[in-house]
Amino acid sequence: MSASGFASGSLPWFAAHELRLAWRDFISMMTAGRPGRGRLVAVALIVLAVCMHLVAWSMVMNHGDAGPDLPTLVAVTGCLGLAMSLMLSQAMESVTRGFYARADLDLILSSPVAARRVFTVRIAAMAFSTLLLAVLVASPFINVLTVLGGARWLGAYVVVAAVGLVAASLAVALTVALFRGIGPKRTRLVAQIVAAVIGAGFIIGLQVAAILSSGTLSRLDILQSEAVLTHAPAADSLLWWPARAVLGDGVALAGVFVTSVLLLGVTVAVFAGKFADHAVAAAGVDFEPSRRRRDMAFRVLSPKRALRRKEWTLLWRDPWLMSQTLMQLLYLAPPAVLLWRSFENDAGALVLLVPILVMAAGQLAGGLAWLAISGEDAPDLVATAPVPVGWILRAKIEAVMIAIAALFAPFVGVLAVLAPYYALCAGLGILISTASATAIQLWFRVQAKRSHFRRRQTSSRIATFAEAFSSILWAATAVLAAAGTAVAVVTAVLALAILAGCRVLRPSVS
Amino acid sequence: MHALELRGLTKTYQRPAVDALDLTVRAGEFYALLGPNGAGKTTTLRMVAGLLRPDAGAIQMYGIDALADPVAAKRIMAWVSDEPMIYDKLSPYEYLAFVAGLWGVDAELAKRRADELIGWLDLAPQAHQRCEGFSKGMRQKVALAGALVHDPKLIILDEPLTGLDAGAARQVKRVLRERVDAGGTVIMTTHILEVAERMADRIGVIASGKLIAEGTLDELRAQTGAQHTGSTLEDTFLALVADGRPPGSVVAA
Repeated sequence: MSASGFASGSLPWFAAHELRLAWRDFISMMTAGRPGRGRLVAVALIVLAVCMHLVAWSMVMNHGDAGPDLPTLVAVTGCLGLAMSLMLSQAMESVTRGFYARADLDLILSSPVAARRVFTVRIAAMAFSTLLLAVLVASPFINVLTVLGGARWLGAYVVVAAVGLVAASLAVALTVALFRGIGPKRTRLVAQIVAAVIGAGFIIGLQVAAILSSGTLSRLDILQSEAVLTHAPAADSLLWWPARAVLGDGVALAGVFVTSVLLLGVTVAVFAGKFADHAVAAAGVDFEPSRRRRDMAFRVLSPKRALRRKEWTLLWRDPWLMSQTLMQLLYLAPPAVLLWRSFENDAGALVLLVPILVMAAGQLAGGLAWLAISGEDAPDLVATAPVPVGWILRAKIEAVMIAIAALFAPFVGVLAVLAPYYALCAGLGILISTASATAIQLWFRVQAKRSHFRRRQTSSRIATFAEAFSSILWAATAVLAAAGTAVAVVTAVLALAILAGCRVLRPSVS
Repeated sequence: MHALELRGLTKTYQRPAVDALDLTVRAGEFYALLGPNGAGKTTTLRMVAGLLRPDAGAIQMYGIDALADPVAAKRIMAWVSDEPMIYDKLSPYEYLAFVAGLWGVDAELAKRRADELIGWLDLAPQAHQRCEGFSKGMRQKVALAGALVHDPKLIILDEPLTGLDAGAARQVKRVLRERVDAGGTVIMTTHILEVAERMADRIGVIASGKLIAEGTLDELRAQTGAQHTGSTLEDTFLALVADGRPPGSVVAA
């Protein structure tokens, strides 16, 4: 018997072990690894929860008494579809990490404990973490609807959890299928790309449909359109059971929950035993020579070019970054469709492109800048190179700026043909947003491994929020300037104030 | 001209890590720096490599003031840490190309040197594979090749043999010896006393941030007293560290 009270090596014992690790990981992430910050974090979470409830209130205040009519069922099903795509994407990321991140796998797989037991718990933990996040995001809306429309809305919690279980089950099946189909070497990259496509696919599909049918970027309009409602199955169809469950139908709720639990059970029964084999196979991935780069390798002219080239090579070869960039590019698909449509129609709607491009550039630049500036895997090598420190930083910043320019130039170029003033606003916005995100990463740089990219937010909450607000405010400034309103000055001043605050609060560099 | 001269080098954290250290390494010498854990060896070498700013003191590298002109000093020096830090997503060949670019080595010359180093260190089969699956020994060899590709006059290595298998360790030792035979200078910290005993021209022993003994193995033996004559470096080292002699009392002239 162990300290947790369960027999060593049993399922509950592993579950307690996983729970303890997950809890400590969560606390470390929330407090950025600094003990004594618990109270501050708790207060921040309460404030965030209150804000989220206010936002939810403003969005669903008129829907508390919604009934199971067809438009409502279509709208709720659309929201569940969106939640499903996001959860499936997140679960696929978790499963892929489960295969490839070694962490404690060597210890566990070399122990005499049955691997099936370990991975049963791991799959359940993935499902739990997936549904927990979804429940947390959905809870303000469910709580507000419960206050407005009664306890029947509490069933939505169960439905969201069920969607999480289904997403985790599908993620395991899909990733294992990829593993068997294309092998461990390709699965890592392909799974992340598939996750990105799934995560963005649903919302982008709705948006593209909205643009093609009505020429706007509104996603909800398409769900309520005549075309969709005419072709939708009747209100008593099984397809609407999850939506009915959300609206308080007890039978539908039980059916959805039981189905999701059964699906997870089958997934565990079928795949848990094979998980260990796949993890072992993933560990033995052999990376074949990339001989086609051989002739390029020594065409180096200066230290700055060597640094820029190294940064681009590493960015290009980072599978996670590739998937994130792909996701950003996918989000640019609807604006691209809008651009295409505007060749034939009115160019006025193109103003909507400006903030999307600026926002996307700022967000992407933040990630690239972190990788280039903080995520240096050979800091000693670079620090001992015979070049001034300023050169090194400049080369890294240039690498980020040029990468962003290469990515967004085609959009701005096409926009320039259709609406030159909008293109000017978008171009300047992208430049300033990228420079701001890069500056924030520069001021708050902390030496870290590239592999810690996912946890980069924990090193500085200030930098994380500043980067997000800076991108939002520059996007707002760009669109307001494009619309010709002087309010743009206000948002620009706010963005500059954020940058000034970051400069003041930046930690001293030793 | 000396390869390295440290005068009054000092670095203090909660307590002095390096305490007014004076140290001289001659050009063309293989110098081993020994000391117990926490003695200040790595801190000293990181200051020499320009990775740490000393609180006080002077560092001269082949006559160059490394604190006043760090770029000039770095141009003639290479640093290899105990934890080989290389890029997982680059192949050894690409890594060497990158290092050569950082040091501004002519591309043709760098390519020739890279081919030689890859051959010397038996890296040819993996030369175009990405480093992410490499063992510690392989990574250490890649890092060492990177240190040598720009042909430095002074190579500083912090525990370069830790974790290497016998074959890899022998290759690294052979390459380092060849550098010294060709006129280069090597400064190395190690806990493997047999390596220092067999390879080093002179040995420095550091404790509590001070140099407590220095010289050839015979000189060190002699300095520890008659009862230790004929003993191994391990016996001598332990005697020196345990004696707690006043700093500098056994440093050879």
